[in-house]
Amino acid sequence: MSNHTTIAVAMSGGVDSSTAAAMLVHNGETVVGLTLQLWDQTRLAGKHGIPDAPKAGRCCSLDDVYDARHVAEQLGIPYYVVNQEERFEKDVVRPFVDEYLAGRTPIPCSLCNNHLKFDQLLQTARSIGADSIATGHYAVNEFDQKRGRWILKRPADTAKDQTYFLFGLTQEQLAHTLFPLGSLTKPQVREVARERGLKLAEKPDSQEICFVPGGDYKQFIAAYLEEKGEQLPETAGELVASSGEVLGRHEGIASFTVGQRKGLGVSSPSPLYVLQIDPASRKVTVGADQELATHTLRARQLNWISIPSLTAPMRVRVKIRHRHEPAWATLAPSGADEAIATFDEPQRAVTPGQAAVFYDGEEVVGGGWIV
Amino acid sequence: MPRVYMDANATTPLLPEVVEAMRPYWTEHFGNASSIHMHGQTAHRAVDHARETLATLFNCRESEVVFNSGGTEGDNTAIFGLLRAGDHLITTSIEHSAVLQAAERVAKLGVEVTFVAPRASGLIDSADIVSALTPRTRLISVMLANNETGVVQPVEAIGKIAADAGAFFHIDGVQGAGKLALDVKRFGCHLLSISAHKMHGPKGVGAMYVRRGTPVESLLVGGSHERRRRAGTENVPGIVGLGKATELAMESLANGTIDRLADLRDRLEAGVLALSGTRVNGGRAPRTANTTNIAFENVEGEALVIALDLKGVAVSGGSACHSGSTEPSHVLMAMGLDKNAARASLRFSLMKTATDADVDFALQVVPQAVERLRALSPVAAGTLG
Repeated sequence: MSNHTTIAVAMSGGVDSSTAAAMLVHNGETVVGLTLQLWDQTRLAGKHGIPDAPKAGRCCSLDDVYDARHVAEQLGIPYYVVNQEERFEKDVVRPFVDEYLAGRTPIPCSLCNNHLKFDQLLQTARSIGADSIATGHYAVNEFDQKRGRWILKRPADTAKDQTYFLFGLTQEQLAHTLFPLGSLTKPQVREVARERGLKLAEKPDSQEICFVPGGDYKQFIAAYLEEKGEQLPETAGELVASSGEVLGRHEGIASFTVGQRKGLGVSSPSPLYVLQIDPASRKVTVGADQELATHTLRARQLNWISIPSLTAPMRVRVKIRHRHEPAWATLAPSGADEAIATFDEPQRAVTPGQAAVFYDGEEVVGGGWIV
Repeated sequence: MPRVYMDANATTPLLPEVVEAMRPYWTEHFGNASSIHMHGQTAHRAVDHARETLATLFNCRESEVVFNSGGTEGDNTAIFGLLRAGDHLITTSIEHSAVLQAAERVAKLGVEVTFVAPRASGLIDSADIVSALTPRTRLISVMLANNETGVVQPVEAIGKIAADAGAFFHIDGVQGAGKLALDVKRFGCHLLSISAHKMHGPKGVGAMYVRRGTPVESLLVGGSHERRRRAGTENVPGIVGLGKATELAMESLANGTIDRLADLRDRLEAGVLALSGTRVNGGRAPRTANTTNIAFENVEGEALVIALDLKGVAVSGGSACHSGSTEPSHVLMAMGLDKNAARASLRFSLMKTATDADVDFALQVVPQAVERLRALSPVAAGTLG
C-alpha cells in the first residue's frame, strides 16, 4: 500500500497502537508517531476523595507517554505529543458529566473517537504533512468498488471487536484511516510485538474509562464539579415500582444506570433493577429482571457507513452496549435522523445514552445514540 | 535532510572551545575544589579563574559571584532566600515560571505578591512598578529579556525605583546574558541570575551575582562552599565551561557578532512577514538580537511546530518549559493577545552561529508549511455527535 505517503499513527503507549506502528514501519511506510495528550491525570488530585498522587499507568499518564516515546525511538520514527486537553474536556468530559447528571449512561470512548481520535487527529495529521492516520483499533476498513463506499467490518478477533465504538466514522474519515490490526488476534498482536522486540509486548490492556481514576465515575463527577466551582445539581427523588407505588427515595439520578441492581437502597424479596430514569420528574423506576426487556429502541444522530441512508426497513443485528451479543431486529426509518429497531426477541436493559450499532453480517451498517 | 536549529532560547550547543576547556576537568583535574592537596588546588584555581570571568561579565567583585545549578536555582534563591511572611514582592506576569511558581509558593506562606502586567508592547512600564510599591515591599524581581518575545525590560529605571524604595532588586538575566551587555552597577540590582546553557555553555550550571551585604539565605545547606551562599561540591567542569562560554559571549558582543545576528533575525522576520496574516509580538519594543515571536493567523501553532520540525526547521511555540501544557503562552496572553492568537504564535530564536543559509532555508520551508495549514483550516472532515 506504500506510495511515498506519510502515515500518522496514534500512539497511546499500549501494545496495540505500538504494534500497529511497528507493522507499518516494517512494511516500509513513512510513519510519524503522535500521542494525544487528552487529560491531566493529576488535575483532580486531592479533590473529593481522589488521592493526592493518583496511580500511574492510565491513558495520557506520563508513563504512557514514556512508553510511546520509547517505542517511537526503537522504531526510529519521529514522535510528538499533541495537546488536546481543552478539546477533550469540551467534547468528552463535560458531555460525560452532563449525560450522567441528566440520568443517561454515556460512552465517552465513542465521543472521543468521533471528536478527537479521528476528526482532530486527521486534521493534525494533515497539518503536519501526513496523508492518513492509523490506530490500534481492532476493526477492518476496506473500500468496496461496487458500492463506492468505505466499509467498516468486524475484525478477525471478535472478542476484541471495537467497531461498536467506531460507528460514527464518516466516509471521509474512513478514506484516510488504517487499522493495521484488523486481521490479527490479540495473541498474534502480542507475538508481533515480541518479534519486533517491543518491550511492552506483555503490557496489560487498559479497561476502564481513561480519565476516571479507579473507575469510580460518581467520585469523578463530584470532584470535577468541585474543581469547576459548580454544585452537584439536586436530583433526589422518588424510587417507584413499575406499578407506580412509591418504594422510597434516592439521593440523585446520576447514581443510577438502567439495569443496575446494587445500591438501590430498598429491600425486596426478589432482586430489583433500575428500569427507567426520568430526569424531569427525577423518578427512578425499578422492577424485576424480566421487566427490563424491551422490544424496540429509538436511535438518533445516525451515521451510515455501508449504506448512503436508510430509506426502507432493513434486517440487521443490533448491538446496544459494548459487551452485548448483537440481536436480530428490523430497522426502519422514523422521521428525519431517527430510526426504530424492533427486536425479534426482547432485549434486556436498553439504555439511553449508549450507542446502538447496526450490523449486516460482518459489516457495520451504521449506528446512532439510544434515546 | 538539512536541519536548522532556531530555538536558541530553549538551549544552545556547547561551542568546541567550551568542550575543550572542560575536557581535562572530567578526568585529569578531577579534584574537589575544597581539598587541601594539589588535586584540589588545581580545581580551585579553575573555579577562581571562571569567577574572574563572571565578575567581568557582571561588572562586580569576584566575591560577589556565586556558582549554582542554573537559572531556576538563581530565581528560586532570590525569592525564597529574601522573603518571609509579611513581606511584599513585586514581580511581573511575564516572568519565567522559575520566578512565577516561586512567587506563588511564597504567596501561600504569607508573602504578599503583586504581578505587574506588561503593556501591549510587551514592555513593563516602570510607572506600574512604582504604583505597586508598598511600605512592606522587600523585593522587586524583573527579567532582563523575555524568553518568548525577546523584549528587553527597563531594568535601569526599575533599579532606581528599588533603590529609592529601599527594596532589593533581582534580575532574571537568563535570556539577556550573551545577547546584551550586563552591568549590575548600571542596572542597580542586588541579585542577577544567569544560566550557562543559554549561551553555549553546559546544562546544569549557572551563576548569580549577589551584591555584598545582601542577606539572601542559601537554598541548600551543608558545606561552606561559595562563602556559605550555596552548599554542594562545586561542579568544576561545568563552572569551567560556563567561564569559557562567558569569555566567548563577551567577545561576540564586542566584535559585532551579535549585531550581525540582529540583521539575520530582521531578514528572517521580514521574509516571514511577507506572508499575509502575520505579525510580530513585541516587535515595537527593544528586543534581544536573536528573537522574533510571530503570530500566524488561522494556524494552530502546535501543528506548525511539528510540521516545521518534520521539514527540518526547529522552532518553538512559546517556552520549552511549558510544552505539553494546555494553556497558551502566559506572556502573550498578558500582552493582550487572545487564546487563538497566542496559540498561533511561534518563537524563532537564532544561535549566534546562525548563517544566511539557515535563514534562506527557513524562508523556503515556513511559507509552504503555513500555506498548507491554512488550506486545511477548517478541515473538510466532519464531526459527528
